[in-house]
Amino acid sequence: MDFASWLISTVSRALAFGVPLLWGTLGEIYAERAGVVNLGVEGMMILGAFMAFAVSQSTGHPGLGLFCAALIGGVAALLHAFVTVTIRANQYVSGLALSMFGLGLAGLLGRGWEGKPLGNTLPTLTIPGLSRIPVLGPMLFQDQTILTYLGIFLAVVLWLLLFRTRWGLAIRSVGENPSTADSLGINVTLVRYLCVFFGGLLAGVGGGYLSVAYRPAWTEGMTAGMGWIVIALTIFAAWDPLQALWGAFFFGALYHLSYRLQAYLAPELLKLMPYLFAIVVLAISGLGGARWRRRAPGALGLPYVRGER
Amino acid sequence: MLGVPKERPTHAEQPPLVLLRDITKSFPGVLANDHVNFEVRPGEIHALLGENGAGKTTLMNILYGLYRPDSGEIYIRGEKVQIRSPRDAIQLGIGMVHQHFKLVLPHTVAENVALGLNGTPFWAPAKVVAQKLRELSTRYGLHVDPERRVWELSAGEQQRVEILKALIRGAEVLILDEPTSVLTPQETAELFKVLRRMKEEGHGIIFISHKLDEVLEIADRITVMRRGKVVGTLLAQEADKATLARMMVGREVVFRLSKTTCNPGEAALRVEDLYVRSDRGLWALKGISFAVCRGEILGVAGIAGNGQRELVEALAGLRRVERGRILILGKEVNGRSARAISDLGVAHIPEERIRMGIVPGLPVEENLILKKHHRPPFCWRGFLRFLAIREFAKRAIEEYGIITPSPKTPAKLLSGGNIQRLILARELSGRPAVVIAAHPTYGLDVGATEQIRQILLRQRDEGAAVLLVSEDLEEIMELADRIAVIFRGEIMGIVPAAEATLEEIGLMMAGEKRVKVEG
Repeated sequence: MDFASWLISTVSRALAFGVPLLWGTLGEIYAERAGVVNLGVEGMMILGAFMAFAVSQSTGHPGLGLFCAALIGGVAALLHAFVTVTIRANQYVSGLALSMFGLGLAGLLGRGWEGKPLGNTLPTLTIPGLSRIPVLGPMLFQDQTILTYLGIFLAVVLWLLLFRTRWGLAIRSVGENPSTADSLGINVTLVRYLCVFFGGLLAGVGGGYLSVAYRPAWTEGMTAGMGWIVIALTIFAAWDPLQALWGAFFFGALYHLSYRLQAYLAPELLKLMPYLFAIVVLAISGLGGARWRRRAPGALGLPYVRGER
Repeated sequence: MLGVPKERPTHAEQPPLVLLRDITKSFPGVLANDHVNFEVRPGEIHALLGENGAGKTTLMNILYGLYRPDSGEIYIRGEKVQIRSPRDAIQLGIGMVHQHFKLVLPHTVAENVALGLNGTPFWAPAKVVAQKLRELSTRYGLHVDPERRVWELSAGEQQRVEILKALIRGAEVLILDEPTSVLTPQETAELFKVLRRMKEEGHGIIFISHKLDEVLEIADRITVMRRGKVVGTLLAQEADKATLARMMVGREVVFRLSKTTCNPGEAALRVEDLYVRSDRGLWALKGISFAVCRGEILGVAGIAGNGQRELVEALAGLRRVERGRILILGKEVNGRSARAISDLGVAHIPEERIRMGIVPGLPVEENLILKKHHRPPFCWRGFLRFLAIREFAKRAIEEYGIITPSPKTPAKLLSGGNIQRLILARELSGRPAVVIAAHPTYGLDVGATEQIRQILLRQRDEGAAVLLVSEDLEEIMELADRIAVIFRGEIMGIVPAAEATLEEIGLMMAGEKRVKVEG
């Protein structure tokens, strides 16, 4: 295979594989910007994947499937929000539990659906005009679903919302210093609930994409650890939606390359690659990122209690 | 600036901006406010003076809507109101600058001001606010760059942001809770200028403090509180320090400490050509030398951030010495651990009481033996001996007058003064040869300050070499036998305290004068 076609397919697949990572990461960025770590991404994604598949299969509408996937992700996230924001339990423990719970529940519900291919998948698009540009056309404007472009658009919108609007200012302040936000009349609980819920919605869509578009079938555990990569990407992206774009597609490329290299390396080793890379990337961003901008939100992981010193 | 001052109706004719009548508030076990009356008129700075725990902050938290009073009435501009939350207070034109600033450090000044502000647009709220901030800044002389990030600002600038936050929300009454506790003398002077400017504009200012001098300097009227009650309200012109102190503490207070003449012995602490780096890797100390003798107090004066912190940390073994020597009782201690240095007889009273001085979650008794927990009588073959610890703690609590419900209470629940007493009790047990005290009375009330100064003097008289680092010039002038002035990591001079003038020290602090270093 010549280099051009190799490059085209790598970039095109990186985009396709990066989509669930992107959606999940954008959601997690919002939750964490408001100060809530949600390690339940893996669970929310797998629930979304199952829900999207089941609804699409039953109704024949993958769009409706994705909508329901978002909802179930959001509901699962609300559970996390209730436990961590209202009851103020440990966010890490609650998130891990949510991941395990989601994997288990999806496995249980999905028993009868295991291995069935999906009849009606999310259509891939060929953008008229643009797709005929040499190299760039097949790279970027063919064989992608609407979620690729929607995800990129969302990243830009979410960046603008976070850094250029009143709402974004409130979200960031709640994540940095909730007592200050509280003293200025911001409803800390509400902001946190909304952000965690929103994170769940996006994680659900990310999971749904896997079962109705990327690999249109239901297999137990089909998210295969993507939720954990999302957690690492959130840090790698320095809680910035635009940087999440590069991160997600970079990891998408890694996933894809690990399939490509199957002929040469042990498959177990290749499956390890994204995780190994996640560790390396975190170590690098931890060492090199002494600057304040790269730092985590100040109140990340801490429950807020009014009036505590 | 605005031109000629406008004619105003005399303030006495207007209803008071704030009138608190018969406010009572109790917490479990404490009557924090007992039928308190208080008022502020437009164009007035009204100081609320009292020791820590006298009920000043509680009263202001009631006015700001953070607490609800058990009984009593609040009138704003003559109208009776209910204040249920800070939001209500802001709407009524009340602003508060808390002692611990409520700022989002990584955000810009404009973003901090824009947060939660009514009437800002959805898009780019900070941009619109920045414009308004510039206007307000010039009007009140509150200079701060709206685009800067708050963590880059000094404490004084951060305070200006807090004041701007209140002003932009239309505050006519501004409550300042211990506003000078984090400021250098220069910044305090700046703040006072701003407050006078606000007064001219007709604002009412409530100035909470326990520092007599500054209250006398800035206030028009002074209300003194003690144990939840108002002791009295006086006009500042008719008040003097001794009267106020008596009202505040409930007994006579000695301002001139009884200080015997100094009787210096051999040098217990000697520093030779010391070079130390700051956290950012820059030179914090550039070849400083001095000696402290037994039986004397050497005061280190200087504006914050000129190398004092690094000096203290280097002496205590907490920071690497790059060049030069530190000698304690003639022994070189470069590269030795903090424990080794402490074992040589060095007591360290750190600058950050809660962060460095205690383990906040541990009980008082365990905090008291932290330095000696690993050896008899507190430890036997790796096991702690609780009876010995309790016994020691009881004695220390009594000797140093630490007010704590029990030796088992977590140290973080004590007041600042009592935490400092605890630290002194631990550090000074076992007759240290060298005492290094960094800002020992910072943020403490009159009573605790007086006691801690007495304790330091007693250490001197018993033959310890005391190094006192403080930003409070008055404290240094009062306690020290010799004064070293530090500026940008260098010693500008060491002068005998008896011959030093405030003016001379001030010039040295600003780096504008250098005297030949003796000895």
